[in-house]
Amino acid sequence: METGMDTSPYIELRDVVFTRGDRRIFDGVSLNIPRGKITAIMGPSGTGKTTLLRLIGGQLRPDSGTITVAGENVPRLKRKALYRLREKMGMLFQSGALFTDLSVFENVAFPLRVHTSLPEDMIRDIVLMKLEAVGLRGARELMPAELSGGMTRRVALARAIALDPELIMYDEPFTGQDPIAMGVLIKLIRDLNSSMGLTSVMVSHDVQESLSICHYACIIADGQVIGDGKPEELKAHPSERVQQFLHGHPDGPVPFHYPAADAGRDWGIAGRAADGNG
Amino acid sequence: MVTDKLAAFGRLGLDIIASLGRSGRFLAGVLGGVSKPSVAFPLLLKQLYSIGVLSLAIIVVSGLFIGMVLGLQGYTILSDYGSEAAIGQMIALTLVRELGPVVTALLFAGRAGSALTAEIGLMKTTEQLSSMEMMGVDPLRRVIAPRLWAGFIAVPVLAAVFSVVGIWGGMLVGVEWLGVFEGSFWGNMQSSVSFTNDVLNGVIKSVVFGFVCTWIAVYQGYDCVPTSAGISSATTKTVVYSSLAVLGLDFVLTAVMFGDF
Repeated sequence: METGMDTSPYIELRDVVFTRGDRRIFDGVSLNIPRGKITAIMGPSGTGKTTLLRLIGGQLRPDSGTITVAGENVPRLKRKALYRLREKMGMLFQSGALFTDLSVFENVAFPLRVHTSLPEDMIRDIVLMKLEAVGLRGARELMPAELSGGMTRRVALARAIALDPELIMYDEPFTGQDPIAMGVLIKLIRDLNSSMGLTSVMVSHDVQESLSICHYACIIADGQVIGDGKPEELKAHPSERVQQFLHGHPDGPVPFHYPAADAGRDWGIAGRAADGNG
Repeated sequence: MVTDKLAAFGRLGLDIIASLGRSGRFLAGVLGGVSKPSVAFPLLLKQLYSIGVLSLAIIVVSGLFIGMVLGLQGYTILSDYGSEAAIGQMIALTLVRELGPVVTALLFAGRAGSALTAEIGLMKTTEQLSSMEMMGVDPLRRVIAPRLWAGFIAVPVLAAVFSVVGIWGGMLVGVEWLGVFEGSFWGNMQSSVSFTNDVLNGVIKSVVFGFVCTWIAVYQGYDCVPTSAGISSATTKTVVYSSLAVLGLDFVLTAVMFGDF
């Protein structure tokens, strides 16, 4: 939208509070996602990283706070404006979320058919270009059930970039991938970001892979941002929690034990109740 | 203890009301959004095929057997009074007023309703609905609306087919096998079945049942908990709720339509 010199953040979250049931998932999260860069959002499982993407995409509404994407306050958008904004976003779901009744070609063609009135031969050219970009031009006739996990994600990626979005969100792109598929995905994420000038947001708990390609990273735990900055800044972060997460220490500020009743009482050894969870 | 039970009862009531509210808003969202005819029509045709045409086999076979059983039972009962010639009108009235709409709706709920719930539930579980939303496509319009309209259209047509095949099955047994005079079979039927009172009321019933069954099926799929246990429970609910709704509504509609003594 604006010129390439624009340095304002593409996405801004301010004091976002979100609760699901009785659980407070985000408790005042503020975050800037820079334009044209790869931002990794990391954190332990179950901290609501995927929820964050859904808040940015407007699929969920926060209890309070603002979420600005490309200058628009997403939670306040009317349905039509929200759907128009989403045409500028691509999202890669963890499962790929391909339409199982459509072939690879038709999956990638789907957003083009819905949102544009391009002639069929042009749609074909664009789809083949997008499939070529992810290295699957030869797989266009296959059905989603015939693809491996890594290929599914690549097709989903081709579909997510079919409309040349400004923003692309990756939900756990590396989970469950073999080393080769992981290498392919890392290359694709990096190449797409630089060649298309995309703003990329990547939610992941694969620390090494994420830090190797992101320009900026942020760690979320217990509903709050516990550390953020460039990868090298984060590696030197003073917080023990950040260090525990980055290095995968089994015990630390995030305890090994799930909160439990007195161990003594559980085993019926009343005298040792004070020992806690030994 | 008593207050706990009372609270649980109140909670149940609130849950039911909330669920009814959600399904109402869902229905308004689906019916309120209008897609371009050039987009909507091919989607509707596809759904009409998969939930209408593919249900024909079970509808035709069931209609045939039910008609044949009616022929047999009707003949046994009516011949005691020497009035087996009235078998034609008995079969036709039973089918057109009651069994056509009711049995079609029950079969539809089992054959197509459960499939709709499972399909939509699985699309939700595999994030296909979410990904559609994120592509700027409203799944209510793209996925739910064509299925809902296809159900509305298919059930009355299937009920008509059911009644026609049933009458033919009754004729096979009554006339061809048991030897009731063909002229009185058809003649009695023609003189006693009224278009407005019987046929039209039957059509109204099947329209209502089609509406309710498809609504329940798509809503259960859309609202299911996105896990395998969630889909299985949603599918079960579709069949149970649809059957209960059809049988309950049938009584209400019958009382309104034919209860005027």
